[in-house]
Amino acid sequence: MFPLTATLPDASWTYFFSIVAVSLYVSGLAVAVSTLVSLPVALGIGFSEFPGKRAVTAVINTGMGFPSVVVGLLVLLVVSNQGPLGDLDLAFTPEAMVLSQFVLATPVITSITLSAVEGVGDDVRDAAFGLGGTDADVALVVIKEARYGIVTAVLAGFGRAISEVGSILIVGGNIVYSDGTSYTRTLTTAITVEARQGRYEAGLVLGAVLLVLVLGVNWLGSWIRSRGRGRASGGGRRSP
Amino acid sequence: MAIQRRRFLRGAGVAAALGLAGCVSSNPLSQSDESGDETESQQSPEIGDDELTLATTTSTYDTGLLDELHPPFEEAFGITVKTLAKGTGASIRTAEDGDADVILVHARGAEDEFLQEGYGVNRRDVMFNDFVVAGSEDDPAGIEGMESATDAFAAIANSGETFVSRGDDSGTNKKELAVWDESGVEPGGEWYQEVGKGMGDTLVQTNQIGGYTIADRGTYLSMRDEIDLAILVQGPLEGGPTILKNPYGVIPVNPEVHGNANYEAAMAYVGFLTSPRGQDIIDSYTENGSQLFFPSALGEEANFGQYVPQGYSAEQADSLSKRDRQFLYWVDTHVSNDY
Repeated sequence: MFPLTATLPDASWTYFFSIVAVSLYVSGLAVAVSTLVSLPVALGIGFSEFPGKRAVTAVINTGMGFPSVVVGLLVLLVVSNQGPLGDLDLAFTPEAMVLSQFVLATPVITSITLSAVEGVGDDVRDAAFGLGGTDADVALVVIKEARYGIVTAVLAGFGRAISEVGSILIVGGNIVYSDGTSYTRTLTTAITVEARQGRYEAGLVLGAVLLVLVLGVNWLGSWIRSRGRGRASGGGRRSP
Repeated sequence: MAIQRRRFLRGAGVAAALGLAGCVSSNPLSQSDESGDETESQQSPEIGDDELTLATTTSTYDTGLLDELHPPFEEAFGITVKTLAKGTGASIRTAEDGDADVILVHARGAEDEFLQEGYGVNRRDVMFNDFVVAGSEDDPAGIEGMESATDAFAAIANSGETFVSRGDDSGTNKKELAVWDESGVEPGGEWYQEVGKGMGDTLVQTNQIGGYTIADRGTYLSMRDEIDLAILVQGPLEGGPTILKNPYGVIPVNPEVHGNANYEAAMAYVGFLTSPRGQDIIDSYTENGSQLFFPSALGEEANFGQYVPQGYSAEQADSLSKRDRQFLYWVDTHVSNDY
């Protein structure tokens, strides 16, 4: 498959698969939680008119550009033994990594979902409302209409999370157990270890694996989108 | 208070069992079962809540030494070690925040401060090696073979050749700044580059831009295959100046300050590193055929290295002749003549 054992001299397949697993677990969970939070927020903002809506949107959009190392430092201060969540013993755990990636991915997902929701025409909303739909029904219709945008949002959030290294290095601590299984080491932080020791080839191999992973997830996303689109046009359920 | 005292006693009991066992045999495990009758550790060698967070320097991690030390320790005590590889400064900060249980670092001045401020207890010397001044083989500043590290640094500064500094408050960085301080040269200007990275990164970067840097011998030796840098000024292991000495110490976090610190496991770790078995592992660890670290916990002269008198400052720690004598004693007793 890869000349991995040649390029990673001390590494075994256990090491390799466990860092992939940690990468997927942390980024996947962070994105899932982010999505659960982002959807209602985006819908809430998208549906309502209130003074300062523009400012809120601007803040969310700014959040897309949060420097990940700053987020990492802030999260570490919060989960550290001395911080407000110190009692939970979260410092240098995968859960702390999930927390920091949640902070990073949520603005991305919220922002893109918001534009997708706002892109759904008023006519669709009015029609749903006019047909006697409750608020929940209207929301469902809008989500259905904006689903491609939402999938894009989730993919963008995942891309932000899985390729990120600054915050998880700080809050996770890059820990590998002595039997070679990863605890808080991900593909990206493993690359920093290889680079630190001058083994650039091994780092590049891991980078290629990361790329394949992101590619796979995006392929999955586009497959979902194309399947949805095909069914939607075939079933004639989309409004013109 | 009662709870802490009990925890201390349990930790002390474990350490005592280990120390006792260590005197009798080079395999503390088989012995601790027999000798543990009077101590609280007799039921099983497993201690604490099974996880120990170690904050240590990149040099111990990147050389691969910990990969040799930790499996037998984990097997012996049923404790899983979580290793955070950071610089010495970052490791100490992590421990001060209560996010680590034990630190393994190499900056005696900072270690003493850490002890004096009450964050750490029961420091032990573990091992040593030395620092070397490395640079490209053509050596444009002409420092090769200099007997004095401070003269070499001054020569680099005068020549305006690039010097790459860790710039990360690590033990190596602290040592480098101490040498600059001694040399009377204020490092600064375009020739002085702080990279803020680990030792391996710094060596790689120095190699690429063709400058000079200071490195611990362990990391230098373990990376010799990846870089073209030569040792231009030797450390005390090969007759160089004692200012380039590099002793490592292990310090558990004080359970009085951080109640959640796993003190029993930390003391077991200290006991293991300083036991004949741990010291043997350090002694026999080689990379590219060279020994990287020399154990210093055991010796004919008892020296626990944990006592820090009041008012003892970092500056004194760096230039105290007693320490230098002790270091040279280690070099004499542990380093073979043809090293």
